[in-house]
Amino acid sequence: MAVLVDEKTKVLVQGITGNQGRFHTQRMLEYGTRVVAGTSPGKGGVEVEGVPVYDTVEAAVEKHGANASVLFVPAPFVKDAACEAIAAGLSPVVVVAEHVPLHDAMEVVAFARERGAVVIGPNTYGICTAGKTKLGIPPNQVFHPGPVGVVARSGTLSYEIVDSLSRAGLGQTTVVGIGGDRVVGLSFVDMLKRFEKDPETRAVVMVGEIGGTAEEEAAEYIKQMTKPVVAYIAGRSAPPGRRMGHAGAIIERGRGSFESKVRALREAGAQVAELPWEVAPLVAAALG
Amino acid sequence: MKLYEYMAKAVLREAGLPVPPGRLCRTPAEAEAACRELGPVAVKAQVLVGGRGKAGGIRLADDPAAAREAAAAILGMDLKGYTVEQVYCESRLSIEKELYVGIAVDAQGKRPVVITSASGGMDIEDVPEKAIVRMPVALPWGLMGFQARELARRVGLAGELASQYAGVVEKLWQVFRAKDAELVEVNPLAVVEGRLVCADARLNVDDDALFRHPELPRVSEATELESRVRELGLAFVQLDGDIAVMANGAGITMGTLDVIQHFGGRPMNFLDAGGGSAAGPTAKALEILVQTRPKAILINIFGGITRCDEVAKAIVEVKRRVGIPMPLVVRLVGTNEEAGRAMLEAEGVQAFRTMEEAARRVVELAGEGRGA
Repeated sequence: MAVLVDEKTKVLVQGITGNQGRFHTQRMLEYGTRVVAGTSPGKGGVEVEGVPVYDTVEAAVEKHGANASVLFVPAPFVKDAACEAIAAGLSPVVVVAEHVPLHDAMEVVAFARERGAVVIGPNTYGICTAGKTKLGIPPNQVFHPGPVGVVARSGTLSYEIVDSLSRAGLGQTTVVGIGGDRVVGLSFVDMLKRFEKDPETRAVVMVGEIGGTAEEEAAEYIKQMTKPVVAYIAGRSAPPGRRMGHAGAIIERGRGSFESKVRALREAGAQVAELPWEVAPLVAAALG
Repeated sequence: MKLYEYMAKAVLREAGLPVPPGRLCRTPAEAEAACRELGPVAVKAQVLVGGRGKAGGIRLADDPAAAREAAAAILGMDLKGYTVEQVYCESRLSIEKELYVGIAVDAQGKRPVVITSASGGMDIEDVPEKAIVRMPVALPWGLMGFQARELARRVGLAGELASQYAGVVEKLWQVFRAKDAELVEVNPLAVVEGRLVCADARLNVDDDALFRHPELPRVSEATELESRVRELGLAFVQLDGDIAVMANGAGITMGTLDVIQHFGGRPMNFLDAGGGSAAGPTAKALEILVQTRPKAILINIFGGITRCDEVAKAIVEVKRRVGIPMPLVVRLVGTNEEAGRAMLEAEGVQAFRTMEEAARRVVELAGEGRGA
């Protein structure tokens, strides 16, 4: 079992002929991802890393039956490309680009809602089902199969924590980045629900950060979960009103503070690690 | 990007919203002239922080001499850390009633939301929850006329004022969408002689959409140092401690600051060198950090796409070319870790394997630096 993607997922890479698209297609193929086709408007007919390239998503889907997509498309073109994938029935649609305009993100999410598609991101490293497949840009070497589901807002902080889990002998089912922007498709709650249902996931790690109320909403759902949840929240030391890199990471008008998130999570029965390296021991203890 | 009040009002005026006449002034003499032209005015500090009224940033003037005096008092004044460089002289309003109306992005609902209240004039955060009306707006359809009329009813308006109010909300919606706004806010939306007037206005535009808004002015809140680092394409925020920090990725950079604080240290900045950062920009950023004269520097790299040897190359380059006079602590793991580590050790720089050891060490060294 796995969550959202597995070794059978047939992946389309949009924007495959650019530097990023080409590089990460190679890395995904190395990981074992079934990349069946790519798109790049105006460049149909060529091959990238042995993967056939088409002008449109419809053409690629007709020929190869892709069922999920990952976008290496520059931010200004994300709305069009993501909607093209959603319209063709692909899901999940992984949007790696950062700096996607907020209004575009809202429109993509609205269209995905209407069509029943899952959008991961924008501004995400993507998703990896350990040992099976990955859609996105995370390094290949940090994931190892095991019982822990991981959902995070941030990339490198997830790698840090996943690596410490792996070193402690705690492998992962699926690891997903929901993205650092204010408006993203897949939310913490959506992913927690999937982990709760997945028979192979025995514990969940949630890596959040200051800003917004996504962690507080997650806490509401954690109250009903049967599986243990260990959380870590970054940004304790961030001053209010200053945006710390991620568009979402800002304490505005008192909302989204570290303290409010930790309180909500603890009250919901989650264990909250004070420091990144405390996550693995807490997970080990929760699994017994 | 936050716009100054006078800029936000220019956008609103262009969209057909009722905005009082005003003049931007940089000197007391200009304020005097503006008052001669407009009659009695409010002289308002142009700053990007709220609460300027309470802080003495707004003064009323009945005649040109008083306007000159008011501007002289406000110009150059320090408002919550910002020096006032411009005032906006605006026709005085005799306000009968104050409402609030704003359109923002509801991150939870993943769509825009209109927020309005019959209790305007104060910070919306201070308005009791039961006096606030919220209406989500579905995309791509956008705000419809009936929603604007319903909002008018919910804030207790009827007749001519209700229809004016609905028109204001619809036009604000057009501004919100057309300008890629994160927030458009009119507070207060004032009733003046039976007519609605936008007495104050805020417009925050999405930075990531500025490329399609050449028509908008550009406003930067960054310090000179922040601008220099951001020009390298890196995310940078100045803080008030004495340990300089560079890491790769926003989350891990935030985590690094937290860990430094946990061990009793005080971070001096947030610097996200990004994933896949090459030696060139990394070296330039490090050089700028050295120039800020921290007590110690911590570089925390978990290399996925970022290659450890590239980071090591950057460090060695800066060390040889300009020197790094303060203690430098490096944590380096991930892709090409051994190569990176060997390069650093050849230069006498120790590289730690864990974030814990590295953070502990940099706090110790900064403490020694302060003691010296």
